[in-house]
Amino acid sequence: MSKALLYDSTVCIGCKQCEQACASQNKLPYDDTIAAEESQSAHKLTVVLTRGDKFMRRLCMNCKDPSCASVCPVGALQKTAAGPVTYDPSKCMGCRYCMVACPFSVPKYEWGKLFPKVQKCTMCPDRVAAGKQTACAEACPTGATKFGEREELIAEARQRIRESPGKYVEHIYGLEEVGGTSVLLLSAVPFETFGYRSNISKDPLPMLTYQVLSRIPEFVPLGGMMLGGIWWITHRREEVTLAEGRKPDTATKNGRKS
Amino acid sequence: MSFSIAPAGVKPFRLTFWKVVFLSLMAAGLYATFIRFTRGLGASTHLTDQFPWGIWISFDVLCGVMLAAGGFTLTAAVHILNIKRMHSIIRPTILTAFLGYVLVCMALMYDLGKPYNIWHPLIMRNPHSVMFEVAYCVMLYTAVLALEFSPVVLERFNLQRPLKLVRTILIPLVICGVILSTLHQSSLGTLYLIVPEKLHPFWYSPLLPVFFFLSAIAVGLAMTIFESSMSAKHFGLQLELPVLQELGRVLVVVLGLYAILRFEDLARRGVLKLTVQPGYEMYLFWLEMLLALILPLLLLVQPRVRSNPVGLYWSAVLVVLGFITNRMNVSITGFEGSTGVRYFPKWSELAVTGMIIAAGFALFGLAVKYLPIFPKEHATEVAAEVSAELAAPEAVLQNAGD
Repeated sequence: MSKALLYDSTVCIGCKQCEQACASQNKLPYDDTIAAEESQSAHKLTVVLTRGDKFMRRLCMNCKDPSCASVCPVGALQKTAAGPVTYDPSKCMGCRYCMVACPFSVPKYEWGKLFPKVQKCTMCPDRVAAGKQTACAEACPTGATKFGEREELIAEARQRIRESPGKYVEHIYGLEEVGGTSVLLLSAVPFETFGYRSNISKDPLPMLTYQVLSRIPEFVPLGGMMLGGIWWITHRREEVTLAEGRKPDTATKNGRKS
Repeated sequence: MSFSIAPAGVKPFRLTFWKVVFLSLMAAGLYATFIRFTRGLGASTHLTDQFPWGIWISFDVLCGVMLAAGGFTLTAAVHILNIKRMHSIIRPTILTAFLGYVLVCMALMYDLGKPYNIWHPLIMRNPHSVMFEVAYCVMLYTAVLALEFSPVVLERFNLQRPLKLVRTILIPLVICGVILSTLHQSSLGTLYLIVPEKLHPFWYSPLLPVFFFLSAIAVGLAMTIFESSMSAKHFGLQLELPVLQELGRVLVVVLGLYAILRFEDLARRGVLKLTVQPGYEMYLFWLEMLLALILPLLLLVQPRVRSNPVGLYWSAVLVVLGFITNRMNVSITGFEGSTGVRYFPKWSELAVTGMIIAAGFALFGLAVKYLPIFPKEHATEVAAEVSAELAAPEAVLQNAGD
């Protein structure tokens, strides 16, 4: 089935090796200055946040039904069956609707470049396709970030919560958010502490636009017929008026339809 | 013409002044263009990862498309509903719409990160994307508008055969135009349906597509009144007052319907109580309501105001400014709360927008000079001067952008 990542923030020691591994996997620069940055950006696709003695990773959630892929007019963003949400810069025209639409505000833009790309964690699609785990999971020294089958990881997360009462917030973030994501999070403190929004819908967001878009195929012929009908009636009325006043002019175009 | 918008000054001086305004707008715009295409979006805009869409989307695209809505509203009235009285104002309205769409396409070239890929939706299709629908509608409707406008050009050069061809397909063309506009105007609202948690509840509503469509009709009517009044003044034409009064009457109905739906929707979503809690969003919400609905409705329900060219003109201006505020609120104000950042456009963003608006007025003036836009008595004044003079209201529009 589909692959996922489970990040257990209680196991994390904040060593940021995942950040470094991610940077080298995606051929992005990484040094002490970048390590100190506390936010995701076009050159930092994952970040380990620190609040006191608590840590939390932020990365693309690789949603099961991603808004970004749904809104991309050219299909540059795609959800793969294996789990990763991939990005093809050669297709992208830079409309940035993905950035607006993402409920987690994940996609970032190379604002400084003349021909910019969208940048986001794509869950190492090449590695996953080759049967390997993601770079961040491989680099993690404590197993805080674990790669595996989504269903198995969910079962494991549930078990961890069950076995240590009081240790975790009783919530697997990503289990149901926007219909489920391929990144699952466990935390000892509320997720809002690290900027994860709690008011997120349990239903996939793409339905909101698709239920409007899917009406178009029936709207077009119906609308066309209606407008054509109104045109016919109003012009026929005019003809009748003319005919009543003068002699009818039979050679007119009342048979023409749209 | 008894009616005037600005006090008539000493003519040569005034013309020079507006010429200077026009040329400086063009110069600033061209310099900003240079920065945009040599140093990228980061250097030329205040856009950030938190705020990826700015004024080029909010004003140039959302408002641009809305301001061009007179085209489909009036072609539907004249050709489908067969209201012959309105025929005299259809050409300038189609011209406005056509120029509007051409300028929207131009603005998109600035906003897209990789404008050379703008043709990609032609072959890379994602029918689940509203943006894909928008792309196709803009493309197809610009083509339809070009064809709807083509008789003017064909007449000018007396090309009878293509003229006959366009006239034969005119009704299907108009029907296509109305359908494409309906889809497209509403889909600009549909764009925002996917961000229920990010957009402020004043503006996020499942009815967004309906609101965008209805307000486009209102603005289409208001723009027709506005542009007919301006043309009457600047080109010394007979003002089509009875037609404009009728548009004013329809405008009251559309605004009324919009107001009822909008407040019913706020009430049903339980947001009404927020409208009395002072705050940034609340003030901008009421500014929008005041300009778009309250003042125009109070004015236009009075037959005294509707029958007065000045009253009609200012009501139309209010409606246009009000719905510009609406589009700005949906696309900028509504996001400032959830993103936690304030966005204000950089000078270069404003310069490009100013240049595009100025270009719109200039092109309108040139078209009026060289093409049979207005019926018979169309004045043959010096268009360059006239167009520069017409650049005046763009300052108003630009300020409304904030």
